[in-house]
Amino acid sequence: MNKRLNVRKTHKMFINGKFVRSESERTYNWNSKQIKTSINICQASRKDFRDAIISAKNAFPSWKSKTAYNRAQIIYRCAEIIEGRSPQLIEELALQGISQSKAVTEVKQTIDTLVYFAGWADKYNQIFSTVNPVSSPYFSFSVLEPTGIIVIIPSEKSGLLGILGGIIPTIIGGNTCVTLMPQDYPLCAASLAESLHSSDVPPGVVNIITGFQSELLEHFATHMEVNGLIYFGENIDTITAIEQNASQNLKRVSICHDKDWMYNDSLHPYSILRTQETKTTWHPIGY
Amino acid sequence: MILSNTKIDAIGIKERVARLQSRSIKATSKQQALNLALSMIDLTTLEGRDSPNKVRQLCYKATHLHENFPDLPNVAAICVYAPLVKTARHALQGSNVKVASVATAFPSGMSDIDSKLDEVKRAAEDGANEIDMVISRGRFLSGDYNYVADEIQKIKEVCGSAHLKVILETGELVTLDNVRIASELAIQSGADFIKTSTGKVQPAATPEVTLVMMQAIRDHYIKSGKLVGLKPAGGISKSKQAIQYLVMLRETLGQSWLNPKLFRFGASSLANDILMQIVKQNTGIYQSTDYFSLD
Amino acid sequence: MNSLNLQTDWQYDPAPQSTDHINLKESYDLFINGAFVPAKNNNHRNTINPSNEKIIAKVADAGPDDVNLAVSAARKAYETSWSKISHSERGKYLFRIARIIQERSRELAVIESMDGGKPIRESRDIDVPLAAAHFFYYAGWADKLKYAFPGRETQPLGVAGQIIPWNFPLLMAAWKIAPALATGNTIVLKPAETTPLTAMLLAEIIREADLPDGVVNIITGDGSTGSSLVEHPDVDKIAFTGSTAVGKEIMKKLAGKNKPYTLELGGKAANIIFADAAIDQAIEGIVNSIFFNQGHVCCAGSRLFVEESISDEIIFKLRERMETLIVGDPLDKNTDIGAINSKEQLKRIQEYVKIGQDEGGELYQSKCKLPNTGYWHAPTLFCNVSQSHRIVQEEIFGPVLAIQTFRTVDEVIEKANNTPYGLSGGVWTDKGAKIFKVTQNIRAGVIWANTFNKFDPSAPFGGYKESGMGREGGIQGLLPYLKLNPC
Repeated sequence: MNKRLNVRKTHKMFINGKFVRSESERTYNWNSKQIKTSINICQASRKDFRDAIISAKNAFPSWKSKTAYNRAQIIYRCAEIIEGRSPQLIEELALQGISQSKAVTEVKQTIDTLVYFAGWADKYNQIFSTVNPVSSPYFSFSVLEPTGIIVIIPSEKSGLLGILGGIIPTIIGGNTCVTLMPQDYPLCAASLAESLHSSDVPPGVVNIITGFQSELLEHFATHMEVNGLIYFGENIDTITAIEQNASQNLKRVSICHDKDWMYNDSLHPYSILRTQETKTTWHPIGY
Repeated sequence: MILSNTKIDAIGIKERVARLQSRSIKATSKQQALNLALSMIDLTTLEGRDSPNKVRQLCYKATHLHENFPDLPNVAAICVYAPLVKTARHALQGSNVKVASVATAFPSGMSDIDSKLDEVKRAAEDGANEIDMVISRGRFLSGDYNYVADEIQKIKEVCGSAHLKVILETGELVTLDNVRIASELAIQSGADFIKTSTGKVQPAATPEVTLVMMQAIRDHYIKSGKLVGLKPAGGISKSKQAIQYLVMLRETLGQSWLNPKLFRFGASSLANDILMQIVKQNTGIYQSTDYFSLD
Repeated sequence: MNSLNLQTDWQYDPAPQSTDHINLKESYDLFINGAFVPAKNNNHRNTINPSNEKIIAKVADAGPDDVNLAVSAARKAYETSWSKISHSERGKYLFRIARIIQERSRELAVIESMDGGKPIRESRDIDVPLAAAHFFYYAGWADKLKYAFPGRETQPLGVAGQIIPWNFPLLMAAWKIAPALATGNTIVLKPAETTPLTAMLLAEIIREADLPDGVVNIITGDGSTGSSLVEHPDVDKIAFTGSTAVGKEIMKKLAGKNKPYTLELGGKAANIIFADAAIDQAIEGIVNSIFFNQGHVCCAGSRLFVEESISDEIIFKLRERMETLIVGDPLDKNTDIGAINSKEQLKRIQEYVKIGQDEGGELYQSKCKLPNTGYWHAPTLFCNVSQSHRIVQEEIFGPVLAIQTFRTVDEVIEKANNTPYGLSGGVWTDKGAKIFKVTQNIRAGVIWANTFNKFDPSAPFGGYKESGMGREGGIQGLLPYLKLNPC
């Protein structure tokens, strides 16, 4: 009996709604601990990052202007798609050394997190906005608006939930983002991107790149088009470097920990606030 | 008639007024303001019970404001109902105090145009130097601006040499936008003065409507170079208020308007309050109304 | 267009605010642990009245040792008293402070105007009442924090280091101190070098209110004192209001320190006048947006955008209006524009005006007479400038307005956002739908529609982009002083 030769997946990055290789044409060799395959993962260059930022910047005005209801629909759709693709994601997680049962749980939790935050899209502004009872004849109100272009450096410990745990609260609030996959857990990038792509997440809203944090970190933190940066981790040197560089254009830096993406602790709207600005508007009342 | 469609923000006007009213007028500048205000008064009596005697008493008052201060200016005019114009004219002979007559079915304006024209003609023939007409507010509020303008133009024609003051009765126009539109209508229809109120409707003159009217006058001047006068009337009884109006006048319209030819106060009790202030300024002693003649 | 004659025969006489009741000391010490103490190194600097260059008082200059003392006093107070007393008692202290500010308002207003040069009308009607209102507002929050953030328990951060600017000395002290105390933190506050006096009065008021020792410490000094405070390891939070350049330095210094910070920084706000605006009120709004407090306002509307069809009228009327602005003695009740805060600031403004002229901007200044001594600058406009001009891009922090025209809504939104700053903005139109379209699309933290420069303790204030991070005022202003824990 002829054994069928399986078709391997090419692991591409996701920039501006397109599946691309690094412009540098570099890859790094990722070795599975489970099977004796090695996989070539794109090694993003600073130019890839730049392109991703351009696409995030271009996507921002229309994504932020979408109705909250619309954003909720898209994120919920994303949950539906991932539900359908669960086996593939479980397989990819397992390939990266996660036990089958843990992988199943992580995928389920990821889907539930998507559903949870889809529900927040049209509510967080109701919780955190205010009508300000000013002592003058003015109507004054404060609402949340997205910070803008956000770079996300997810936890090194998770290949799926940790990544979406950073992305979802960010984009549900109208921001667009560029996310770097963890160097050791890059395999879900393409499947994740495919899921986003087929859920009508507009091109550029989420950009996913793979590569080395050490190479890209400085550019993440210095790029003047970036308005905010979320880092999941404990490395004090990394944090210091990020904050120092971020001061060049006063990026909002959020330093996050495991509890900020792990399922049990992450289900709250405060993670949305990381990438929100308060805008206060005044208008006279009278005739 | 081309209206400018200028918008008014009521809160902005209120804040501007509050800012202007915070000006602190002291010492010489206060003396000057009091004298100026006195010279701008249209000493007014507009009661159903007015009689020739009452008017004669008022005219005497107008020309003898205070025995101890012979250098005081006269008030600008006496303002009476049309049937009393002759009496006033006669009583004021030899003085430079003008006679103003309210007309056009004052204060409501509820009469036909022919009666209004007759009334104005008669007042002018009787010697009124100034005619204070009212606009038809009902027509204005129903949007019939042409009617209102037409009426003013016709009245203007029969005024002859008398100056025409057009009373907008801002208390019935409700919004500052309406005050602005009515001001432009009156100005473009030939008003020599625009005047806030009859004094028979509350609120009468307010600093807010007066400021809006000043701005309309200023905009007309900027475009055409023509100077239109302004008369806030009703509710201005204290010298402090009068000074605040003058501050507003000074900083909105400036030098050309700071005289009785282009600015008047329609008031009955303001003159006495100003006199009290003038005596106080000169003597340093706070005054009592018992020492100031009520006429 | 016919000009009005606004030079009238009738002039206002001087109306100086009485200063009889003002008791200024010759010298002011540091306020540490509930007592007034001299600086360890005994250093002083003079604080002068910018309207006549006369020395008002000597003020202690805190060095690193004094910063240490102040921080440890704040730490001790945090641990021993302030975190122990009930939240409602905490609130009552703030109410007390608010009341005493009201009671001593005239004194505060006069000294504010003497020390900083701002017109007494502004310190009396705006700075001081708003400072009292701020304490009143946050006093009420002290025992209601559990209702502020749903699903979260609040926890104070500890010792807050606060650094404030010279443009609204007392008001900025109130903006900093009130929310920090209401949320249970203790404080080391550093006032600005050129305007320390009302903060020292506030120290007296805090003592008069019997606040426990060390809960609020106020140390005067210059940038180096501020720097020591920022870098002090036992400070748990930094709140800074000042320039964007210094804000960036602070952020850099705090990198990796796991120390929360809030920054209220510079701005270059667009003030947009559409043709369908209430023109005369817009003129007032422009005047208020750029000449309020001599233009020493981070949220000043220093970039004016006028729709082309009305630009001649607006500029004509604005110039006329400028002639009625009274520039002079800050203590005169009729003064609209007071003295420039310092010699350095005046020099900076003058340099920018020169740059504007060299760049080809069309200069217009009101014909007001400036006093001979002191630091003064006439209200100034620049026409014929564009986004590429330096005076359009850079914050001048003075009474200098750069005017550009525009044609379409999209164009003006794009230009309004074409700046690294994002603190405030102004929109003037009578059309409601347009207001919302424009206010939603300006990337700035405070937007005034058909008004400008309005403030209230209940209305959060703060910037987007390089104008800073964090909010002051409102329920939002509590957050920078709290840790939120799941409950």
